Amino acid sequence: MAVQELPRRLRKSAADLRVAPNLTDYESARAGFTWANATAELSGLPGGGMNIAYEAVDRHARSALADHVAFRFLASEGQSRAVSFGELARLTNRFANVLRRLGVVKGDRVFVLAGRIPELYVAVLGSFKNGSVVSPLFSAFGPEPIVTRVKLGRGKVLVTTDQLYRRKVEKVRSSLSTLEHVLVAGEAGGQVEIPGCLDLRRLMAEASEEFAIERTAAEDTALLHFTSGTTGTPKAAVHVHGAAVTHYVTGKSALDLHPEDVFWCTADPGWVTGTSYGIIAPLLLGVTSVVDECDFDAERWYRILQDERVTVWYTAPTAIRMLMKSGDELARKYRFPRLRFIASVGEPLNPEAVRWGMAVLGLPIHDNWWQTETGGIMIANTPAMDIKPGSMGKPLPGIDACIVQRREGTGIERIDEPDVEGELALKAGWPSMFRGYLDQEERYRGCFAGDYYLTGDLAKRDADGYFWFVGRVDDVIKSAGHLIGPFEVESALMEHPAVAEAGVIGKPDATVGELVKAFVSLKTGSSPTEALRAELLAHARKRLGAAVAPKEIEFRANLPRTRSGKIMRRLLKARELGLPEGDTTMLEEI
Amino acid sequence: MNEQDIRAGVIAVLKTIAPEIEDSGIDANSPVRAQIDLDSMDWLNVVVALRERFKVDIPEADYARLATLNTIVAYLAAKLET
Repeated sequence: MAVQELPRRLRKSAADLRVAPNLTDYESARAGFTWANATAELSGLPGGGMNIAYEAVDRHARSALADHVAFRFLASEGQSRAVSFGELARLTNRFANVLRRLGVVKGDRVFVLAGRIPELYVAVLGSFKNGSVVSPLFSAFGPEPIVTRVKLGRGKVLVTTDQLYRRKVEKVRSSLSTLEHVLVAGEAGGQVEIPGCLDLRRLMAEASEEFAIERTAAEDTALLHFTSGTTGTPKAAVHVHGAAVTHYVTGKSALDLHPEDVFWCTADPGWVTGTSYGIIAPLLLGVTSVVDECDFDAERWYRILQDERVTVWYTAPTAIRMLMKSGDELARKYRFPRLRFIASVGEPLNPEAVRWGMAVLGLPIHDNWWQTETGGIMIANTPAMDIKPGSMGKPLPGIDACIVQRREGTGIERIDEPDVEGELALKAGWPSMFRGYLDQEERYRGCFAGDYYLTGDLAKRDADGYFWFVGRVDDVIKSAGHLIGPFEVESALMEHPAVAEAGVIGKPDATVGELVKAFVSLKTGSSPTEALRAELLAHARKRLGAAVAPKEIEFRANLPRTRSGKIMRRLLKARELGLPEGDTTMLEEI
Repeated sequence: MNEQDIRAGVIAVLKTIAPEIEDSGIDANSPVRAQIDLDSMDWLNVVVALRERFKVDIPEADYARLATLNTIVAYLAAKLET
């Protein structure tokens, strides 16, 4: 089937659904939904309160699910390790005891910096039990993003591996003044001895398997998820234990998780998807998750889907496009009879990818939409729903989404007419909504107008109620589904002695959505040579890490600025793309 | 092309993507991606650049054989012989 033959609407019949979906009648489910009823489906802490780890782990460990596999960790060499809900409860108790013994208390911040290894998952859940606040760091961050985040979050504890510590933390450790304990797991196994660090495995072995969960309330902070804005430093979105209600509900409605499923969320827990859906949601539903410790590899991924008998798969457009690039022949060497539902998040899924899913995997791919601030899936193509390829779907039960225009001085105006572009807004009040940007109250309030949270995403809604992503309101770069703040990249480049100014944009890329491209002007005395370009690239990569550093650097004699001195990234981007330059009345020099 | 030339060529390719690396800093027997900070896009760019530089076809199914510097060199040497 050629691209143009793809129907604008993929209708589904009962025959397409191997399992009766959790969400069948969309309209009646929406009409009958209340968050209070949803909350009642969780247990709550015995004696009152709410703790994510209790809901996700302990209540199952005390039930018939005690021996059910919670995680199946796949290591690089083909070994795998299954951890049951019962064992996970004991391991996370041990970790909570490790924290308690170190004097780490409720509200203290625990940063985690590791690949997808069992210790990371145990540390996150064990920290919740201790009432401590978890902040995940992406393991591909370089030292600078790590320092910025640990400082902003006033991290007291860092959980990492020996190799990551040596490569990324050791040299900057002295600048992390709030950090009292660094717990290190040896990547090669066994014990590790690094000055100034504690051996995580030894502490775990010494700790008790019994732990009384700290009495946390639904509104107590559980997580700090860092995200990037256009200007200034990254922001830490504050999330609470009560967010678990959204994770539970959306795990059922948007991902259609059933008790017998084997779920694979390919996102890294260094980002919000990998935490909300790579750790919390499947556990809340008592579902087995597969966790692959390795980085993307097309053949390995097909083998995992086949051999681990994955039934529900949650991945990202970048990964899907890389699989498409690797050729259909490779996919056809494998069989996926168990796979029944595929969802994708991070950026709009192109219609061609939906078609590819049907042709190669035998299933369409269901796009959904949410962001760090929303904590969980808000808008989705669900199993029972027709898919409109290219659309993010319809708001889930409990979520009121609309398109608005910001009006100077008078707040926002709701646009009910279909197919009109505007900002996507959500009625405030769902449980996983962020409760603040840490220490930045004004920035937080700026995200709301009246009853609505303004997402910063431009979208439109069609006459059938499906939403379509259009772009960002601001200059934030979306690469491989992750937000990258241009300011953070520009700042790192400006630290190089040869650089006079830097402007960073997202350059459209067929695989990763946008790649980070930097325009750099040099100080007098420096010449735009290939050697200098390599030096700047090395400089940026060492500080920012591969996930954030630019993929392309282009020299310019000077960069367009506004009269107030701000670099006009919009204009750099328009020129890069050969688009009309728009309003340049604010431009100072070209 | 002898093994030494291939090795130098592979390091040169890695340096175009990750110029921060030092020759002496690479352990030829442990996985490249555990030592050098390469995201998925960087890694695909490395493979594309290897293809172009050595004029060999590297099918996706062979990527697993490109783990360490030594296995990359051995893989390319075998390809170039045939």
